[in-house]
Amino acid sequence: MPMSAPSRRYNYGYLDEGTKRMVRRALLKAVAIPGYQVPFGSREMPIPYGWGTGGMQITASMITPADRLKVIDQGADDTTNAVNIRRFFARVADVQTTDKTSAATLIQTRHRIPEEPLTEDQVIVLQVPQPEPMRGLEPRETECRKIHAWGEYGLMHLKLYESVAQTGRITINHSYPVLVGGRYVMSPTPIPRFDNPKMTGMPALQLFGAGRERRIYAVPPYTEVKSLDFEDHPFTPQHFPDPCGLCGAVGVYQDEILLDDRGGKMFVCSDSDFCARRRAAGHKGPMAED
Amino acid sequence: MAYVPVKGGEEAILNSLGMVAEERRGDPATPELTIAQIRQQQARAVDRVMAEGSLYDPDLAALALKQAQGDATEAAFLLRAYRTTLEQFATAPPLDTARMAIRRRISATYKDLPGGQVLGPSYDYTHRMLDFDLMQDGPRAPAARAGTPVDAHMPRVPDLVANEGFMEPALPPEGDPAPGDLTRQPLGFPAGRDTRLQNLARGDEGFLLGLAYSTQRGFGSNHPYAGEIRAGEVPVEVVPEELGFVIDIGEVTVTESQMITSIKGASGENPRFTRGYGLVFGHSERKAMSMALIDRALRADEFAEPRKYPAQDEEFVLYHSDNVESSGFVQHLKLPHYVDFQAELKMLREMRAERQEASQ
Repeated sequence: MPMSAPSRRYNYGYLDEGTKRMVRRALLKAVAIPGYQVPFGSREMPIPYGWGTGGMQITASMITPADRLKVIDQGADDTTNAVNIRRFFARVADVQTTDKTSAATLIQTRHRIPEEPLTEDQVIVLQVPQPEPMRGLEPRETECRKIHAWGEYGLMHLKLYESVAQTGRITINHSYPVLVGGRYVMSPTPIPRFDNPKMTGMPALQLFGAGRERRIYAVPPYTEVKSLDFEDHPFTPQHFPDPCGLCGAVGVYQDEILLDDRGGKMFVCSDSDFCARRRAAGHKGPMAED
Repeated sequence: MAYVPVKGGEEAILNSLGMVAEERRGDPATPELTIAQIRQQQARAVDRVMAEGSLYDPDLAALALKQAQGDATEAAFLLRAYRTTLEQFATAPPLDTARMAIRRRISATYKDLPGGQVLGPSYDYTHRMLDFDLMQDGPRAPAARAGTPVDAHMPRVPDLVANEGFMEPALPPEGDPAPGDLTRQPLGFPAGRDTRLQNLARGDEGFLLGLAYSTQRGFGSNHPYAGEIRAGEVPVEVVPEELGFVIDIGEVTVTESQMITSIKGASGENPRFTRGYGLVFGHSERKAMSMALIDRALRADEFAEPRKYPAQDEEFVLYHSDNVESSGFVQHLKLPHYVDFQAELKMLREMRAERQEASQ
């Protein structure tokens, strides 16, 4: 899509160059200290806080016309917020967009990491609503900063322990806390814990942007990301017993689709591109059309 | 049974935007609002949008109100998102509100004072009865004014008594450092008073009002006096580096409020009056007074007052006052969350199944 007339009144990528430089400096610092939340001078964006402003500022600071941008929300390219953010960058950054995970150089995402493994040539930008993994346990930022500085994560282990003691399991389903590079406890954002294992040793650079909370953090390529657990209660990702109804894939994260009001439902891939490509390659699930 | 996934998010968005535009315009038989009408006849709404949008531009604030169908928070957001793209080309020296062209200036602490009480335009003494004459267009009688103009120099009331030594002086902090700017640097704690005041000046009027009220009603312990409230026009000056002298670049309408609270003083200190300060764009006494009360509550540490109440809690106040932030985050719950919901649902199912198994 060419830049429409009002877009020309804004700088390439919407943000001014000074702001982009500021964001990139924060990114460099974040890469240098894996898992550490770097405060940055987050700007107001033309979409609301909580809707991906942090991720958008990272994307806007890195994007070039040579990039191919993929935007997903809940794993899908066609969810309204993903459509809207992709539309924004097509308008202000004159960038090619794609649904195809392997074709993208830059992937902005909310709540999922694609099923297809990412490569060294790719960067994934995650939108972060709440960067502070300790926030639910300690509302004060001043205290949380101390917890990280001292690496005093006992409170988090206690939370996990209490969960095991009370319910026999760790009842965190998304935003499951991880230890990055053996130093900082980090929130992987509200990805389901199914996606946590994808983060460790990932060849692609993982960047995290929290606009409202004004924090940027990163996991550099090939960094160890360990989901917190106990020896006798090891971390387990979610497991879906049925194959995808459309493409028959197993071992993927699935959405539950309600088919009627009598309990009829089916499970399909959450990653819409992954599913579409499998179907195009001839794979067929039990509920697929002929 | 076959299932076909739904697509078409982009078309739906474009259609939604079209519907907004249509609703905004309303019945085409009714004349469209002009920016001048909004700016002049909905001026208090324009003021609020400028204050919370953190940009003094009545025309753009009026445009934002028109675009947002009168939704003040949405309009402030539009203005903020525009403001953030603007270049900062100069820094103005502090406004001198003693040089204000006074529309209104009142003090609750003195019956009369140099410059006098100037009631000016105020809703305070209106009877809140609907004026049905306003249902129709019609000629309105011009307002009568005092025969003599107000003084050009109108000293601020708390300053009048400062030299007696009872009032804490209003002095810049040591070294007079440049104030912080929340729109450029992230909030850090403890926040300086400069940062707190900037946050409050941009903050949501409703949030500030509620917090200020809480300090009066019982969740606070200061008994404040309205030392002075003034509203009017103040010149804005800059000193361009290449010129080296002051030039006047225009004027802004502001409302300033100073609230006064007595303290007994810690041992060895003199009992005295302390101040809370409020300054907002436009004419909004409700917000300026609220800001002054909260500013004073947040100064608890300076006066060794115990921090016991929400309004005294810097992190609580500063992190939750901004309506662009809070509106965005509250409403982000409208975005799809089905991946995480699925994870929760799955866990509940598994836990129930385990429980059922255990009971059999």
